Amino acid sequence: MGILEVSNVNKRFGGLQALGNVNLDIAKGTVHAIIGPNGAGKSTLLNCLIGKLIPDTGTVMFNGISVLGRKPYEINQLGISRVFQTPEIFGNLTVFENMLIPCFAKRDGSFRMHALESIAAERDIIEKAEHMLAEVNMSDKRHMTASSLSRGDKRRLEMAMCLVQEPKLLLLDEPTAGMARADTNNTIDLLNQIHDSREITMVIIEHDMHVVFSLAKRITVLAQGTPLVEDTPDNIKGHPKVKEAYLGEAAA
Amino acid sequence: MLGLSKKDTTFLLVVIFLTLATPILLQPFPESSALAQFNAGYPDLMQRFAIFGIFAIGFNILFGLTGYLSFGHAAFLGVGSYSVVWMYKLLNYNVVPGLVLAIIMSGLFALFIGYISLRRSGIYFSILTLAFAQMSFNLAYSVLTPLTNGETGLQVYNNDPQVLMSEGSPTSPHFFGIVMNEATKVDVGGWQFTFSNGYYFCAIIAIIVFYLSLRIFRSPFGIMLRAIKTNQTRMNYTGLNPRPYTLAAFVISGMYAGLAGGLLAAMDPLAGAERMQWTASGEVVLMTILGGAGTLMGPVLGAGFIKYFENIFSKINDNILHSWFSALPDGLEDFVVFVFHPFIGKGWNLTLGLLFMLVVIFLPGGLIEGGTRIWNAITGKNRKKKREDAAHHPKPTSHVN
Repeated sequence: MGILEVSNVNKRFGGLQALGNVNLDIAKGTVHAIIGPNGAGKSTLLNCLIGKLIPDTGTVMFNGISVLGRKPYEINQLGISRVFQTPEIFGNLTVFENMLIPCFAKRDGSFRMHALESIAAERDIIEKAEHMLAEVNMSDKRHMTASSLSRGDKRRLEMAMCLVQEPKLLLLDEPTAGMARADTNNTIDLLNQIHDSREITMVIIEHDMHVVFSLAKRITVLAQGTPLVEDTPDNIKGHPKVKEAYLGEAAA
Repeated sequence: MLGLSKKDTTFLLVVIFLTLATPILLQPFPESSALAQFNAGYPDLMQRFAIFGIFAIGFNILFGLTGYLSFGHAAFLGVGSYSVVWMYKLLNYNVVPGLVLAIIMSGLFALFIGYISLRRSGIYFSILTLAFAQMSFNLAYSVLTPLTNGETGLQVYNNDPQVLMSEGSPTSPHFFGIVMNEATKVDVGGWQFTFSNGYYFCAIIAIIVFYLSLRIFRSPFGIMLRAIKTNQTRMNYTGLNPRPYTLAAFVISGMYAGLAGGLLAAMDPLAGAERMQWTASGEVVLMTILGGAGTLMGPVLGAGFIKYFENIFSKINDNILHSWFSALPDGLEDFVVFVFHPFIGKGWNLTLGLLFMLVVIFLPGGLIEGGTRIWNAITGKNRKKKREDAAHHPKPTSHVN
């Protein structure tokens, strides 16, 4: 039994069948990539996993608990973190304050009235945040306003904010979209290093094959809302169905 | 000290000193000089500085931190005033029960309005709060007359029960016998300083609530509120529910407003519906933006600034202008007075409006930003640094967008 089980998920937008009978079983500790051409339903599937969309039929179970109909913050509290296509960080706050927020959320839950406590007195939280910043090599930028960071650094910060919560599952939506090659490679190294050190289960939605084949242990190919194949990267590379989906029938 | 960092403690001590020394600091010109009319050290005005300072500090916790612009905070001001006057009518002229009731009632009222209004954000939130405040105003003005005494305003009558009133107790608002409208006048040289009980009562409460807001700003709760202003999506996906945070901020700022309204009635035992009108709600928005939203001292400065203009500029009339420019030839004197005429007296709103526009356009961070810039220019700080990291400097974001 996997950490995340998607069974018989269907989603229609009017006349468009965005997802048709999707079954996925994501094993604990793996890096699972979901690839597919534009319009294959990757983002719709991800949105179903985090409660943004509710599928028409089917179930999404995380560690035996259904995530359907739960609010995003409840899903996060269950142990699922998400990295967005464009980094979502607290732009007006400093890098360090950005790190503090997930630490408090992890410890105090979705709401706590701690209006008269002093941040300076929260030694454990500060230490945790500093430790994480050091791990992603951003300690020297701690006093910078987050919105003034470079795109690569914003991505790093966002990942650090997710990781400091020690999630059981990390969802990444095109983590290298719009990045230069050097930044892409840095991100790949960072993700590999994270996976090796923490054994976090990751689900990656990605366009860039270079990224997919450098990271994924398993790959699901999605086309027109249905999974075509699920296999290891080596087997996927030469798979005729995959070529067909990506390059059209003529190439197959 | 008091759970604050060293820097904040110094800051708080400076604020305490300035507040307590206000009756002296605002009286810079000797009584006999022509500039004496610019003195602001009389009790009525100083009380307003303190009270509207409290109002603005509370408003800033909501608007400055979370970015939710409420256009209905005057409703809480009114609720506070009515609560205090009712306690005068039922018990006696001691202000303490009234102020406690004012805070509780405005808190409950804010809980109700906030619970509904906070389902929306941005302009819809502002409109909802405005609608609630106008409803409260109209209710107070007409329908709820038994409770609010309608357009006459609520006041104490001889046949009110006043059950705690005994033979010797004061017949105007007092704090356990310290009568609010009593003052000690001290003459030093040509100066006259007025130390009023009412002002010091407001000032001490203002210091306490300022200290509380300082603690809120430095607390994890304060960071969460700022996070709401910046990015609610990330907030949600970090496992935090923004709704109760905004509601808590709304209730806290409503209680501040209720306290301020209560203090208005503690200085002058009257409460009228016009205190709830939208112009009063707009005024606190102006105060906060003028001073600098999201800064600790800004709203207080803004409140002082606006109240100073309201009370001092509005008193200058053409005769005074003529006396100032009497040295000029007659024709020119008339012309200069003619030019200044729209900006003084009843036209003080025009001056304030122009100043507000200048501040919003050139100093989006408010008077505080202006002060910081002047300070940096004097000390030469940041001059070298600025050139180096100009690329990394975040653009100042305007608060009205």
